[in-house]
Amino acid sequence: MERVAVIGVGQTKYQQGKRETFHELVYEAASKALKDTDITVEDIDNVVSVSSDFWDGRTISSMAISDASGAFNKDISTVEGDGTFGVLYGMMRILSGSFGTTMVVAHHKGTESNMNGITNTSFDPLVERRLGLDALSSAALQARRYMHTSGATEEQFAMVSVKNHVNATRNPFATVPMEITVEDVMNSAMLASPLKKLDCSPVCDGAAAVVLAAERNAKKLSTNKKRVWLNGVGHCADAYRLGDRDLADTRALKKAAKKAYEMAGVTPDDIDVAEVYDAFSYMEPLWLEGLGFCEDGTGPEFEERGAFDFGGKLPVNPSGGRMSANPVQVAGLAAVIECVLQLRGEAGRRQVRGAEKALAHGINGMCGQSHCVWILGK
Amino acid sequence: MAGWKDEVEEIVFPGKICVPYSWTVGSTLSKWYVQLRDDGEIWANRCPSCGRVYVPPKIKCIECYKDMNEWVKLPGTGTVETYTVVNYHEPSLHPKKPPFVYGVIKMDGADTGLVHLIDGVAPEKVKVGMRVKAVLAKERDGHITDIKHFKPIA
Ligand SMILES: [Zn+2]
Repeated sequence: MERVAVIGVGQTKYQQGKRETFHELVYEAASKALKDTDITVEDIDNVVSVSSDFWDGRTISSMAISDASGAFNKDISTVEGDGTFGVLYGMMRILSGSFGTTMVVAHHKGTESNMNGITNTSFDPLVERRLGLDALSSAALQARRYMHTSGATEEQFAMVSVKNHVNATRNPFATVPMEITVEDVMNSAMLASPLKKLDCSPVCDGAAAVVLAAERNAKKLSTNKKRVWLNGVGHCADAYRLGDRDLADTRALKKAAKKAYEMAGVTPDDIDVAEVYDAFSYMEPLWLEGLGFCEDGTGPEFEERGAFDFGGKLPVNPSGGRMSANPVQVAGLAAVIECVLQLRGEAGRRQVRGAEKALAHGINGMCGQSHCVWILGK
Repeated sequence: MAGWKDEVEEIVFPGKICVPYSWTVGSTLSKWYVQLRDDGEIWANRCPSCGRVYVPPKIKCIECYKDMNEWVKLPGTGTVETYTVVNYHEPSLHPKKPPFVYGVIKMDGADTGLVHLIDGVAPEKVKVGMRVKAVLAKERDGHITDIKHFKPIA
């Protein structure tokens, strides 16, 4: 099978209350990606955008950013979900043989609307929506279930928040870099037990873009130094209704991860750095179990022992993760970009030395209904 | 782009999208809501292949992708699988003022959980594994809120 590479990346700083429109943010991210690749917009033959109409307050929102993304006079198509799935669609378009160089761009302006109101509309209007559930209260149900099945403590979840907020102090793109302590997290406002304010990612704004290329184009358009290969991908969805799942069971992620590892021909032991979805603190250890980095129920203990710290056995979320910047649809694309920068040795003060294989993970749907796992390598 | 506001006065348009919908509740859930509204009973349906019992009912089993035509009446009791005490307030979404409790209730006789409110108990007293029963609303109109909440079995 032909290989697909990431040959350039670009992202805005992720901030609360950005004063640019979403297409201005897309223009900034796409321009940076073109500059990073050292190509012009003419070299791009199609665009995949990642957005949410409800968040934009505009339907068919990909059309609104077509000019800003460089899609004018070209083909543009949209993924409504996480950026990791946008990369998947972008890669599929290249592997279909129809396209050679794809711009994948994602944008999100969370601070222009209401996170709870919008995530409430993801619930079935025939059943749960009327109860007022949203991303935060449903995550709290999952966190409690995970505590019950694994014996995890709120302090262990707080340690993840501390780790990732501190990691973010080395990332100039992060929204809330903070030198905080477990006490700070434990003393922050209880929003939906067991989740406190500092267990939850901030609502923020931003855009990100990557340029994907078929092997033949990648070798023409990029240098070896800038090129990172998409070695493996896996994706899998669980049931829609929360009650139809065991919220502490990561069966969909396990399946996605297995596919990604097999495609890349690697095992979890081969991964040098991972960017894992952590919009809520408890999610990082839960998903690390699903990704096979530790046994079921042991994620919180491994977190406590520092296994996933910046200097630990496997650095997880050296960027500060979604905990420190969660531009929703952009989140997974930011994870992929962090992996690319790590593998290129361009991650600055947060560089994981000698990183050769990286894993990026994104979710879509409440409580991680579906997962997309990427293995990237030099 | 940062810094443009030093040179240009920024204008902000407040907006709101209000679009009316009329969603059909469909064959399976309509039947469920009519039983709940008119008879004050909570029913579920069973997969003919794997035997899994779903509440709320579904047209197809998730695992087997088979039609589920067999209906079973549930006793209305269950066990709290997980819960959260909500302390933030979203007046346009939340059915009551905080603090209030959401739970996933594993209903007796069913294999799936039902997400609902837990009340009739101090929020700090709610526990995983607590036995609860459904309290129905007196005036019912065919919505999930025809179950008012779940309360502990004394
Ligand atoms: Zn079945």
